[in-house]
Amino acid sequence: MRAESRSARLAREACFYLAASLSSLAMIYPILWLAASSLKAPDELWRKVYSLVPERLTWANYTKGWSGFGGIRFEVFYRNSAIYAGLGTLFAVVSSAFVAYGFARIEFRGKGFWFACMLLTLMIPPQIQIIPQYVMFAKIGWVNSYLPLIVPKLFGQAFFVFMFVQFLRGIPRELDEAAAIDGAGRLTVFARILLPLLKPALFTGSIFSLYWTWNEFMTPLIYLNSPRRYTLSMALRSFSDPSGLTDWGAIFAMSFLSLVPIFALFVAFQRYLVQGIATTGLKG
Amino acid sequence: MANVRRRKDEAAGYLFIGPWLFGFLVLTLLPILASLWLSFTDYDILSPPRWAGLKNFGTMFLADPRYWRSAAATLYYAACAVPLRLGVALGVAMLLNKNRRGVAAFRALYYAPSVVGDSIAVAVMWRQIFGGEGLLNSLLRLAGLPGKRLWLADPRFAIWTLILLAAWQFGSAMLIFLAGLKQIPGELYESASIDGAGPARKFLRITLPMLTPIIFFNLVMQMINGLIVFTPALVITDGKPLDTTNFYALYLYRRAFETFQMGYGSAMAWVLMAAVALLSALVFKSSSRWVFYESESA
Repeated sequence: MRAESRSARLAREACFYLAASLSSLAMIYPILWLAASSLKAPDELWRKVYSLVPERLTWANYTKGWSGFGGIRFEVFYRNSAIYAGLGTLFAVVSSAFVAYGFARIEFRGKGFWFACMLLTLMIPPQIQIIPQYVMFAKIGWVNSYLPLIVPKLFGQAFFVFMFVQFLRGIPRELDEAAAIDGAGRLTVFARILLPLLKPALFTGSIFSLYWTWNEFMTPLIYLNSPRRYTLSMALRSFSDPSGLTDWGAIFAMSFLSLVPIFALFVAFQRYLVQGIATTGLKG
Repeated sequence: MANVRRRKDEAAGYLFIGPWLFGFLVLTLLPILASLWLSFTDYDILSPPRWAGLKNFGTMFLADPRYWRSAAATLYYAACAVPLRLGVALGVAMLLNKNRRGVAAFRALYYAPSVVGDSIAVAVMWRQIFGGEGLLNSLLRLAGLPGKRLWLADPRFAIWTLILLAAWQFGSAMLIFLAGLKQIPGELYESASIDGAGPARKFLRITLPMLTPIIFFNLVMQMINGLIVFTPALVITDGKPLDTTNFYALYLYRRAFETFQMGYGSAMAWVLMAAVALLSALVFKSSSRWVFYESESA
């Protein structure tokens, strides 16, 4: 290391902290602004737009927003999104773990080929599938229901299968081979031995999946027509329609409220997220 | 005995990957082939598809200026947003890659926008930030600058509000770079210091080459994501003004699901897939020139 005077070093450290503080504040300023705006009275909302401290705190935006738009209470959308994210995550994670076991632990003909196909699907634009998928689901009468959104998740999601395979490769085979010699069948080995060992990966996968389904927009937009079935995202979008009269205070409040579960997950499980992103190297 | 075991393995293998295989064949492969066929038809979903030959492709390439505008806007978006996001992510990762107090807190703050960035709530908020009476204009006025611009209605700026939204979410890439930086052996830097290399030289000769596999992988994935961007354009700018943000996926959606030209939409989707494959292949091909794998050099 080059010798450096104490004061030069101090100055450099101070520079770092100043720059990092200012820039990270700028990064989260819009989010803080959204939270602050949701608590402002209507007259203040457009007077001092930039302000982060409401002059008078009011919950009116929340009560107004929660009472809903177009005759549907906001809790309906909240519940729709919660059920979709919960069920979708459960299905996606469990089915992906099941499939991952096959790819990671069993030798069979064509395995390499199918695994490559699976990785390739990560790079295929979804637009190529949505039109025929829509036609198919329309023919069996599934449009305007959650079936086209949830049923596909039973067939494993490539991203999670890949993630779990990577994780299983790090678990010594002796553990499941010992059980297999004891006469346990594949299903038993999977359910009793590998699933518990996979727990940390399942957990990370679940968090990712909750994020993605909670925020998912294009698929619900295509399949759900009646407002009663809207997810939070769809409700927020249609009720902030620029062509209509919009109560921005209520929109801010409901927007922020829709982010609360996401932030809660982030704060509670940041460690898992960071690890998951760093180890798979894939976008989170 | 071994033979029986082997046959059992075949069956077990396909049993376990069965759910995925079924989904792949029915929900991915079949639709891909079906959309190839649909791309040569006129199809409005109500009446059966009518064979149209190359008409959809002809219209697209020769008679639909909106098509080319959407392709150009998408390429422009991806070409700006992806390098910007990766560049910022790398810069911030370098700054945070020191054992300083409080680094974890900064990391969390920088990552926070990526956690919420894909949500509709943020898209709605973004519209408000860049609106006429929005946050940005309010801040500009506060700084004594003219703050009257309609950012979202101005063809020069609208697309940049979307690029900025993408760059704002550099958090995931930053985390991946941070993990990569931790993998670089410290001895490399030490011996470079002994040889008298300065920080710039160390960055160019050690950090950057060692990170190229990560940069490459992220470049490919983010490029694909950039080319299929949909939600922000629909919610924030609605494809306006003058189609400057009418991105490919959005235009495709409108053709297929708003005017129900499913044949035309399928043709667009196939060209999109071809373009993604071509661009990915180009990046892959170029990678032998700039991506550095440690094991090769040893």
